[in-house]
Amino acid sequence: MAVPKRKMSRSNTRSRRANWKVSAVATVACPQCKSPKLPHAACSTCGTYNGRQVLEV
Amino acid sequence: MPTPTKGPRLGGSPAHEKLILANLATELFKHGKIKTTETKAKRLRPLAEQLITKAKRGDLASRRRVAGTVRDKDVVYVLFDQIAPRFANRPGGYTRIVKTGPRKGDAAPMAIIELVEELEVAATTAPAKKAAKKATARQDKVEALAPEEETPSSQTTPETADDQDSEPPQSASGDKGAEGPGDQAEGDDTGTDTGTGTKADDKA
Repeated sequence: MAVPKRKMSRSNTRSRRANWKVSAVATVACPQCKSPKLPHAACSTCGTYNGRQVLEV
Repeated sequence: MPTPTKGPRLGGSPAHEKLILANLATELFKHGKIKTTETKAKRLRPLAEQLITKAKRGDLASRRRVAGTVRDKDVVYVLFDQIAPRFANRPGGYTRIVKTGPRKGDAAPMAIIELVEELEVAATTAPAKKAAKKATARQDKVEALAPEEETPSSQTTPETADDQDSEPPQSASGDKGAEGPGDQAEGDDTGTDTGTGTKADDKA
């Protein structure tokens, strides 16, 4: 079985992990209450989707 | 080779998946609206709609077919005697899935699947109704705009009318430019009108 020959240095580990980036969640403004919401999903603030009350708030 | 089922597999085995979907369908018909994960909702939709189609047929054979999936006799009764007549004039599309965002705990994307409302008019007349609504909205706008133009100065109205009449022969490109924004503004007006209307309905 293939195994690493050398211990990976802190520098290499950290430079690899330095490229782990998170991106902001894409949101759109709710047409009813203007608060940011997930696209194609009911608004978690006012509970509407397509002008229809979907969730109780 | 039979066509594979669309969508991801659920549960630990085919039997488990069958049970999950049957239980979800039973609960959907019992409550009319259930909250589950997006994946399960997407798998449930075809099964539920096929069961409703069988229920619309209404004979004993289809009742037995449905009872093979929905084991609860009360729910079978509700499905055949209350849910099926509701969808008598609806050609499919009996359920609606609305996504409701990630669940707290495991961030699973959740959705609400529900039976849609009764179709009040046949599908063929629905577009006509929309067109009629649009026409009335346009008429209202015309009526709303006309007094504004006339009331400020009754003397200038003939002049503006003359100008409007005189514009078309002058330059075709100018007319296009003049007409474009006007049409867009009308579209925006209809959007805001409908928006306010729905808001008012919500408040009421």
